[in-house]
Amino acid sequence: MSTLVKNTLRFILFILVQVFVLQQVPPLHRFITPYVYFLFVIWLPFNTPRGWLMIISFVFGLLLDYFLKTPGLHAAACVLVAYVRPFVIGLLIRQEGDDQNYASPSIVSMGWAPYFTLVLILTLLHNSYLVFLEWMQFGTFWFFLGKVLATTGVSLLLILITELLFFRKEKFRTNTV
Amino acid sequence: MRNIFLFIRKFSNFLLFLVLQIIALYFLFTYNKFHQAIFMNTAGELTGRVSERYNNVEYYFRLKQTNEALSKQNEHLLNLLRQDYEGADTAARYITDSLKVDSLVKVQRFRYYDAKVVSSFVSMQNNYITIHRGANQGLPRNKEWGVVSPEGIAGRVVSVGDNFSIVMSVLNRQFKVNSMLKKGGETGPVSWDGDNPQYLRLANIPKSAKVAKGDTVLTSNVSDIYPPGIMVGTIAEIVDDKSSNFYILKLKTATNFSALQYVYVLEDLQREEREKLEDPYKKGK
Repeated sequence: MSTLVKNTLRFILFILVQVFVLQQVPPLHRFITPYVYFLFVIWLPFNTPRGWLMIISFVFGLLLDYFLKTPGLHAAACVLVAYVRPFVIGLLIRQEGDDQNYASPSIVSMGWAPYFTLVLILTLLHNSYLVFLEWMQFGTFWFFLGKVLATTGVSLLLILITELLFFRKEKFRTNTV
Repeated sequence: MRNIFLFIRKFSNFLLFLVLQIIALYFLFTYNKFHQAIFMNTAGELTGRVSERYNNVEYYFRLKQTNEALSKQNEHLLNLLRQDYEGADTAARYITDSLKVDSLVKVQRFRYYDAKVVSSFVSMQNNYITIHRGANQGLPRNKEWGVVSPEGIAGRVVSVGDNFSIVMSVLNRQFKVNSMLKKGGETGPVSWDGDNPQYLRLANIPKSAKVAKGDTVLTSNVSDIYPPGIMVGTIAEIVDDKSSNFYILKLKTATNFSALQYVYVLEDLQREEREKLEDPYKKGK
């Protein structure tokens, strides 16, 4: 499957899963909202130009917003994730050239610890920004803190399960460097 | 000039980031004013169609609950039928009414439109419901209409599209409705604190009022979009606010929002007349 087809399918699937599964689950607590959809942005190929990365994320977030009737909320958080992603990958990559030897960030291409540090940082960033925007409209500081921590915890757990269920085998492309 | 272009080229990613953020935040913070124009009409149709497909499946799992709610409502309505009542006093005298206006014929104030719910959320802080009825199916545009479920109040229409409409759920931080205790008639605003989708909050009930757990709370006479006497919920917990003379009451919602399948939109036929009368006085404030 070509990268374009694969990512288009992921685009649709992540939106549908987020809207019709994760948002439909009866909330355990008001602080817990399971977010997995932005994994799409993390899974995009290494060689996506940064401008396109942000534009794709913006459209992706806005489409989710249309379903959830929260215009701009998830789009803003997604664009932030897309903007920060290249910096964090640059810091965490195991060795020079790994971002050319492999297609996209995953456990195989980056290793367990760096990959989950990447996911942790981006999840925390995404949720902080999202809840911060909510907090500006209502809520207290404890609402902000509690919701960021609880939501990040649940999101990380779900991302871990997703990574294990849909383990992505990455081919080592020797002839690129 | 050259330096400006160099600057833009060097920071193009950051500038793009800023532009996208500004667009997103603009959408977010102007939503309440302009959502009808830019947000709803085309996109609402798309998401509505997708949600409808999903709801076709989900609907079967909720049939039992939906059926129960509708049959309860039928029972309630059948109990109001005039033919089931007998005249209590056969010796009553009839007096010819001398009024020109026919006082036996009542003027209809609310018209009910039924609508299928295609998507509803309870998991967020501001929840909205999408219903499959829009301007093409006779729903008037550009006004806020009340929405009730077979069990009680459900929300208010905020945007009417061609075939779908968006309803602000009662489970929304911005939603407020004036309600009263069925027993004493004390009124107060009902709102949702974002905590638990099964409980609402009724404030401003004076401590002189007699309240007990399980008491019914109904929409009040001064509510602008609902007829009086529609079920809001039942009292689940009475919080004695020590710092004021008012109770804070925790209400169990009458409507089960996680299993909502059918709602009724209430068109207020006297809305224009009422607004015409009230507007000059509102401006004076």
